[in-house]
Amino acid sequence: MTQLVLFNIFNGLIIGAFYALMALGLSLILNLSGVINFAHGGFLAIGGYLAYTLMPYFGFWGALLLAPILTGLVGILVERVLIRRLYGRDPLYSLLLTFGLAFMIEDGTRYIWGAQSLPFSIPNWLSSPLSSEYFFLTGYRVFMVLLVTTAVIGLFLILNFTRLGIRIRAGTLDLETVSVLGVNVRVLRNLNFGLGIYLAGLAGVLAVGMLGLQPTVGDNLIMPSFIAIIVGGLGSLPGTLLGGLLIGVASGVTSVFFPSASEAVIYVMMAMVLIVRPRGLLGEEGRF
Amino acid sequence: MPKLDKRAGDILLWILLLTAPFWMPMIGSYVELGSRVLVYALAAMSLNFLLGYTGVLSFGHAAYFGLGAYGTALTIKYLYPSTPVGMLVGILVGTVAAAVIGPMIARLRGIYFAMCTIAFGQVFYYIAFQWSSVTGGDDGVSAWHRMPINLGFTTIDILQNSHAFYYFVLAVLAVCVGLMAFLLRSPFGRTLLAIRENERRARFLGVPVDWHIWMSWVISCFFVSVAGTLYALLNNFVDPRAMRWDQSGMFVIMAVLGGMRSFWGPLIGAAIFIVFEDYLSSHTQNWESFIGLFFVLIVLFFPRGVLGIIRRKAAS
Repeated sequence: MTQLVLFNIFNGLIIGAFYALMALGLSLILNLSGVINFAHGGFLAIGGYLAYTLMPYFGFWGALLLAPILTGLVGILVERVLIRRLYGRDPLYSLLLTFGLAFMIEDGTRYIWGAQSLPFSIPNWLSSPLSSEYFFLTGYRVFMVLLVTTAVIGLFLILNFTRLGIRIRAGTLDLETVSVLGVNVRVLRNLNFGLGIYLAGLAGVLAVGMLGLQPTVGDNLIMPSFIAIIVGGLGSLPGTLLGGLLIGVASGVTSVFFPSASEAVIYVMMAMVLIVRPRGLLGEEGRF
Repeated sequence: MPKLDKRAGDILLWILLLTAPFWMPMIGSYVELGSRVLVYALAAMSLNFLLGYTGVLSFGHAAYFGLGAYGTALTIKYLYPSTPVGMLVGILVGTVAAAVIGPMIARLRGIYFAMCTIAFGQVFYYIAFQWSSVTGGDDGVSAWHRMPINLGFTTIDILQNSHAFYYFVLAVLAVCVGLMAFLLRSPFGRTLLAIRENERRARFLGVPVDWHIWMSWVISCFFVSVAGTLYALLNNFVDPRAMRWDQSGMFVIMAVLGGMRSFWGPLIGAAIFIVFEDYLSSHTQNWESFIGLFFVLIVLFFPRGVLGIIRRKAAS
């Protein structure tokens, strides 16, 4: 029993780390540009498929490195061509646009790579269990936890200690003042969008190693990411991280006792947060 | 003479709607498509009650649409084989669910409201998907059909006769549209407009804003669940995709495409969208890409919608 609970907590942490990785990207874009990116799941799929295509040429590590960067570049391009035109307009329009984009990406990946699930092979030494007693500790899972942790630490280092990151955080608080101080806000938002999409791409490469590769791979991850943001609090990146891990663990633990409720529990958590603390756990008062 | 124009437009619209079963086959279409347009038009107009007239964006209306559909389907299949009873149950289920969710989101605004409506909408999708012993899971509720309506002295056969079903849907639409127009003209409706235009001012005037938004939300979801019951009757089938978030997006794009600041806009948007979708799905495999592109193009080049542009031309 303990083993089962431990297994599910660990599993929940992994899933939660995923949600957090996606939600952090969504949150970055939402905070600075006020755009809810519905197409985030699509970008995740792009990341996965790019990794699949790159793997024969660059190996697993090369794909892991290159695919998210390429996805981020796609994101930068999309922002330049489409999203940029919608800043300052009713959020309705950016929602609809990214919604349409999600359709196009899903169909596009299906067109290019086919609708059937593709095999995505991870290196052998990563897929074997590390211990016979705790069978669930496969190398890949531990590796994922490590990688997500590194990515999150990296993100927070960037945001706190680089010029770009500090500007992003400042822009989140007051974009107008940042602009008045001579920062090119257009470029800032562009790079920020790319950074968010990079995280989606990274999540994509990791996700396909676990969930397999199909055009709809992002669909099941996008809603929990929304909830991670709502639970953690809009406008707060640490909140988003906390929210993602919380709902992951909660759904992991629930699946021990009520397997069919493991999805429902995250919505219950969202409802509770909205009733008790509408701004979310770490959200700022009065921001939304 | 804008007022006269408007009246002439209304009359023309009703004539077109009333005669649709006769002219639709002539232009190579079919009556069921007309019924489908009406069902989606009602859904989009319901959404627009909230979006266009209260200024609040819901991206989760498909949930209450789907609840109406499931309520109807399950009632007719398992409880009582009667169309009106099934519809009543469906409407009740959808409206009650919206009323319960309402207080949790009525405090939120803008993009946060939209996000929470999406997320809450998905709850019902997952329930429909997971609870397969009742809802049939991914396969949906099939093996039932709408029942002829028995009025005592006569029976309206909406099952076999597609013209009768079209007029039945049109009658329901007319009642709902009349109710919506009445509500919007009442002091309550004017208050909603005031909130849309300037929430802070409305608040200073002593308007209980959150309560009004909650009411508007429930009314809007009431009408969308009516549309949902009609949707179930139209297809004699319902599955979880009826309540997924892409369905909600369809409602929003219809409202925007037609013009969300005008009363009849969503109906025109629904007509264009449904006909376009029908054409696409029979001509190309990649219709999803085209629908997506359609969304993008509307947002970039056509954000005011058909009626918005006509009105602007008329004004200048």
